[in-house]
Amino acid sequence: MNTNAILELRDVHLRRGPQAVLRGASLTVGQGELVVIMGPSGSGKTTILRAIAGLEPFQAGQVAVEDVSLSAGDLSATPGGRAALSRLRRKVGLVFQFHCLFEHLSALDNVCLAPVHVHGVARDAAGRRAHELLKALGVEHRAEALPRELSGGEAQRVAIARALAVDPKVLLMDEPTAALDQQRREELGVLLRGLVGQGRTLLVVTHDEDFAASFATRVLRLADGRVSA
Amino acid sequence: MCRISTRPISILITRPLQYHRTLWLFALVLVVCLAARTAAGQAPGFRWAGDSEGGAPFVEADPSHPDQQVGFDVEVAALLARGLGRTPQFVQIMFASIDQSIVRGDADIGLSGVEDTPTRRAALSLTIPYYRFREVLSVRTADLPRFRTLADLRGRKVGTLSGTIAYEILLRAEKEYGLAAVSYDDDVHPFSDLVLGRVDAVLLDHVLAERRMRTLPGFAVQPGAVAIGHYVGALAPDQAGLRDRCNDILRGAMRDGSLERIFRKWRVWNDDQPALYARMLAGESVPPVVILDGPGGGNADALESTATVSRWAATRRYLPSLVRASVVTLILSCLSMALAVALGIVIATGRVYGGRTLRLGLIAYVELIRGTPILLQLFVLYYGLADAIRLPAFIAALLGLALNYAAYESEIYRAALEAVSPGQLEAARTLGFGERQILTIIRGPQALRLALAPMTNDFIALLKDSALVSVLTVMELTKQTQIFASNLGSWVIPGALCAALYLMMSLPLAALARRLERRWKAPTS
Repeated sequence: MNTNAILELRDVHLRRGPQAVLRGASLTVGQGELVVIMGPSGSGKTTILRAIAGLEPFQAGQVAVEDVSLSAGDLSATPGGRAALSRLRRKVGLVFQFHCLFEHLSALDNVCLAPVHVHGVARDAAGRRAHELLKALGVEHRAEALPRELSGGEAQRVAIARALAVDPKVLLMDEPTAALDQQRREELGVLLRGLVGQGRTLLVVTHDEDFAASFATRVLRLADGRVSA
Repeated sequence: MCRISTRPISILITRPLQYHRTLWLFALVLVVCLAARTAAGQAPGFRWAGDSEGGAPFVEADPSHPDQQVGFDVEVAALLARGLGRTPQFVQIMFASIDQSIVRGDADIGLSGVEDTPTRRAALSLTIPYYRFREVLSVRTADLPRFRTLADLRGRKVGTLSGTIAYEILLRAEKEYGLAAVSYDDDVHPFSDLVLGRVDAVLLDHVLAERRMRTLPGFAVQPGAVAIGHYVGALAPDQAGLRDRCNDILRGAMRDGSLERIFRKWRVWNDDQPALYARMLAGESVPPVVILDGPGGGNADALESTATVSRWAATRRYLPSLVRASVVTLILSCLSMALAVALGIVIATGRVYGGRTLRLGLIAYVELIRGTPILLQLFVLYYGLADAIRLPAFIAALLGLALNYAAYESEIYRAALEAVSPGQLEAARTLGFGERQILTIIRGPQALRLALAPMTNDFIALLKDSALVSVLTVMELTKQTQIFASNLGSWVIPGALCAALYLMMSLPLAALARRLERRWKAPTS
């Protein structure tokens, strides 16, 4: 891994049945960058994020986040692989395109859940931290609302708060502007730049050229299963 | 008197039929009916109702010709038909329903060890008695010296058939002697349970007791009779004319020895019968029941009929026992459902998360349970396994219902678990949750919300299916109602009361479920 790199993909090959989705994808993201990956629909943008988050096994190559490396194969099938996945998930947060907030829990509980149950944070402390995050993202007034009662923009902010609550080194975001109008896109861009300003690293996949041009520190292109600058 | 009876379970299946098919079917039925009528020929039928499930010597399927019946009641029916110049036609009716079927007109006469009781005298046209029987006490051979009378059985369980004179005697003996009456739906299991030790005595007529003694070792009959009763033919109340003609035929058969030959053939003739016949031929009447040893001993009216008091008085008398039976139903249903839910969750979790072998085993269990009748499962659990494990009736009922419903619940939970969006699970994984945490914190609670409505439905169904456990001698609401209705000679008031009690139990459950559904859907703020 390069000296300043916090996230690196090396020659990752990923197939789904007969279809080769990633064919030697490589990229490096440095500390404090907001890197945007662009590409046409079906080019494998989301797949790259899923591979980095350990949600989808790949057949060859390597993913590294700081000192944690994921190798090819089904990691959930072996104790060593599960341990690597567990360490990785303490460093990486993922905001899904459709947010995937836990439907039976309020916004506040969505944000508190992982700190309390995964990281052993006391419920009160986790609650205070969750309120801070929701406030910083402008949705504290919706803390008690269920996901189905939130607008798309609100749900996305809650999802970001949930990902940030476990203090990940790298935040992955899948099509964050897909359901937002122009004003909300601007607000989101400012918000993400603010996170970068706080020292976080973001890897965002989108096909929103304007968003990439306005807010990315670097833009990468994905085509034919490979990444290029 | 009757034999093994099964509870009718009707499932209505509606299938669309095309119009022309219906016409063809109608035409076919018409042709068959006309052909049958022509074949029947000249002699009109004499439809007689009996229950062939119990066996000889009353009515049973002929072992060499199973589509024909044999037994002394079969021959009495043939004798009556002959005297009437008609052809006997057997109509299979469950023993407990013979009275109602006769009133409905399903048959001309009921003959299947039908007992002469005050209730029947009030509600039906009865022939003169054609056989006198003794209610006798059967006990395990080793208990012969100590359990001689009902009074010796304080604190003990005594089994009998429900809806019989013997059952009425035992209900009164419960109050007077402190014994516990155990009601059966058939005349086989009281004796097998006696030998197994589940009951300490059986009170039934000597015909049944002696028949069982020939095939089941381990018990004996006390020589003294508890009561004396009679078998009669039962006709509809408006059939007094036919009843009188039957009486003439019966008297003729008593006089010319035809009845004696029938009963000797079936090895049930004894010295009681000539005395009965002498009184019948002299035109005397006999009391329906004479109590010799028991509550109200010596008093022919000891078994005051429910049918002879007003309906409201009878209702007041039976209401406490119906309420007690409702409590049994409710407790049994709640405990069974709780166990079924717990087992269902375990099975569903195994189906979703388990290895191949475990999954196959659980699938086999679910299919075995769903593919066999719950009645069969209850019988196997209580009677079939009795040699290996002797479960108390209530525990067997609870386990039977729970094991059956667990299979159905598990399918609901499995479907609900699989209906939780994969995105929810992946979101949890990216946050670092382990699979067990995901199940208990994310997937399980969401699946529970999906499963709530079908679960409520199943609980209400279980509440009603609990009626099936009466075959294991558990006195629940439907069984108690059936006894009430038999004794009253009508289903109107007992049926309405029973329905009201079931609704009082099921409606709050449905309301609770709706409230939970609203609460889980409503905003939390």
